[in-house]
Amino acid sequence: MTAPLLTVDHLRIEAARTGAVVVDDVSFAIERGEFLAVVGESGSGKTAAARAILGLLPAGLRRAGGAIRLDGEDLAAITPQRMRALRGRSVGMVFQEPMVSLNPAIGVGAQMAEGLALHEKLTRGEIRQRCLEMLARVQIRDPEHTFDAYPHEFSGGMRQRIMLASVMLLRPKLLLADEPTTALDTLSQREVLDLMVELARDHGTSVMLITHNLGLVSRYAQRAVVLRQGKMVEAGSVQQILSAPREAYTRQLVDALPRRRAATGRRAGGAPLISVRGLKVAFGGRQRLFRRDADVAAVNGVDLEIGAGETVAVVGGSGSGKSTLGRAMLRLIPAAAGEIRFQGRDVIASRDRAFRLASQLVFQDPYSSLDPRMRVGEIVAEPLCHVPELSSGERDRRVVGMLDEVGLAGFAERWPHELSGGQRQRIAIARAIVRHPSFVVADEPVSALDMTIQAQVLRLFERLQAQYGFACLFISHDLAAVEQVADRVVVMQGGRIVEQGSRDDVFDRPQHEYTRALLAATPVLDFAGQAAARASG
Amino acid sequence: MKWRINTVIGGALIVLLLGTAVTAALWTPFDPLRINLKARLQAPSALHWFGTDEFGRDVLSRLMAGASASVVVAFATVLIAISVGVLVGGVAGYLRGWTDRIIMAVNDALLAFPGILLALAVMIVIGANKSGLVLALGLAYIPSVARVVRGTVLSIREKEYIEASRVIGNSETYSMLRHVLPNAIAPVAVLATSMFGWVLLAESALSFLGLGVPPPAPTWGNMLAASRPYMETAAWLSIAPGLCIALTLLGINLLGDSLRDRLDPRMAHG
Repeated sequence: MTAPLLTVDHLRIEAARTGAVVVDDVSFAIERGEFLAVVGESGSGKTAAARAILGLLPAGLRRAGGAIRLDGEDLAAITPQRMRALRGRSVGMVFQEPMVSLNPAIGVGAQMAEGLALHEKLTRGEIRQRCLEMLARVQIRDPEHTFDAYPHEFSGGMRQRIMLASVMLLRPKLLLADEPTTALDTLSQREVLDLMVELARDHGTSVMLITHNLGLVSRYAQRAVVLRQGKMVEAGSVQQILSAPREAYTRQLVDALPRRRAATGRRAGGAPLISVRGLKVAFGGRQRLFRRDADVAAVNGVDLEIGAGETVAVVGGSGSGKSTLGRAMLRLIPAAAGEIRFQGRDVIASRDRAFRLASQLVFQDPYSSLDPRMRVGEIVAEPLCHVPELSSGERDRRVVGMLDEVGLAGFAERWPHELSGGQRQRIAIARAIVRHPSFVVADEPVSALDMTIQAQVLRLFERLQAQYGFACLFISHDLAAVEQVADRVVVMQGGRIVEQGSRDDVFDRPQHEYTRALLAATPVLDFAGQAAARASG
Repeated sequence: MKWRINTVIGGALIVLLLGTAVTAALWTPFDPLRINLKARLQAPSALHWFGTDEFGRDVLSRLMAGASASVVVAFATVLIAISVGVLVGGVAGYLRGWTDRIIMAVNDALLAFPGILLALAVMIVIGANKSGLVLALGLAYIPSVARVVRGTVLSIREKEYIEASRVIGNSETYSMLRHVLPNAIAPVAVLATSMFGWVLLAESALSFLGLGVPPPAPTWGNMLAASRPYMETAAWLSIAPGLCIALTLLGINLLGDSLRDRLDPRMAHG
């Protein structure tokens, strides 16, 4: 066996100003052609470590010790010119946010060609030819057209494939992929990663996949390194780490994966709390000079019933209309047609105030859902302003009690920006629950959070639901989370419901092919025997 | 609470300015209006710290007396422009639709005129006096404030916490006052401080054209304007009021920035 392609030896990264340690004594190696996963939550230093390899640490961070060797060359000792020659040519990088990592002002082709023109002596025709071949290779349908198009014309998944194509064009020896699919829905995630593995295999490229998703690790990687707060926790084969973790933290990560619970049978029958008939939501088409484009139906004739205390999950890819459905049911977006009944009353016609006060929404992004100029206590107290019979003393007690229940007792005087993402999401949940609603729409409530935090927030949500008995429309593209919390599952595609049924029916006996594709694309830990169980079941 | 050096300097400059503006009449070394042709265009000396002007009037006394006129005009103008601009821009941004289109069409039509030209037209109608000046300049600066506020409101109302406020059951008006406007303060504060400077300069430009506060009453603007023919022979005549305007702007900007940071919970504890 030859020497490893990349060795990182006792790497240490500090904040230049404060001396705070970001990465502390991290060592790992990547063999040629190997697929290594670096696993960690936010603040684990995984991105800093990857950027150190490229010599692209963000301002304010500096390497304080350790060696990085690529192909025997010490990256600490080389000149900036040499480093620039290595970037792209030897080491390529794919970023997390496909929406912002392509320059919107430059055509796709020109961006892809940049790297080739820089690192290789080719004529314009040759460059164009290579780009077109690569675009076809990443299964872009019309490479000729794509080459001349601009990034905004593509979806997130397409952009990430274009990004991948432009990086792999240079046939780097090492590909750094920093959470490349976190912003994508399940199906695109699968496509992009499958392509990445194929391309890497074809070119003999080693891949360092930075991720927080253990399902992806188990599906794609051979070895994994687990980081926590800048320190190495564990390293080894994926098989060993996931099935027999040695360290408590690794076990905690594995345990944090959502798991199916026994069906609760919360749906006891009787009249539904909310029923939706033929709901249609249309977004106005673009105004052209003399005409208007046809309206786009985001939700196109949806029938749905939710019983009191029941959790109905809505799953589907981006653009399936699931978020629009949730907002339309809360009457935040006007419906074009159809009816919504709450406890038997039509809430569209009557602008029902009682419905507004009995329904709530939990958002995906805890960073933008809290008013930055209000203290936590005020935020949680705000919904109670609409409960006139509550005295101010009772209101305060209720807020304190609620904060206590979401595990943030004594946070009332803090500002949102002082809290972590998980804490903010708890505040958002507290705000939603404090008025004891009977219906809550949760729009991807955990997808912006770290794994262990996800597990905590999901548990909290389930506990509160058991306690207060509200019905929940749980919108998510993450089937694993859905499997844990849902009583019933609704699968949406293109604004329509293609399948609905009890959780066990949908997960174990999917009828529609779209459901089957979603389930197949959902990364699961194969070691727990789930795959076998699913295949035989 | 730590006092930053910027806050201290800014605060000191503004306190000095306001103190002078209010009490100037009581302790100017000379009568700012008394003409003494024997002492024309004297260079700064122990007797006349900033020299004398073309009519032999003491420049320091005139600066002190002019402070109140200039500062009152600038403060009142900024106040009018900001309050009307925030109202108009806020309404346009929050109601959107046809209200927005009409308001913004009028607004953009006003923006198309140079501000000073607009002010000139208004001054000619109202007449050249202090309140006319304030109204004219205020009107001239409303459109830019309205634009900034509308844009900020449009971006803030898309934030999820505004949607959360609607889900809670708050009325649109309440959401606007409680959640949107407070978060739109920062750009307005920046605009207000820089506008203060523009207004001081615009006042001098209008005075120069004979449409400002009428002579012989001193303002920094008309002093600056009157000093133009003597720029080469008696430079102190333009340096002194120029320095006053510059220091005032410095004070306002320093104080405005630190006020803005202090009002923002994200900065105050950072």
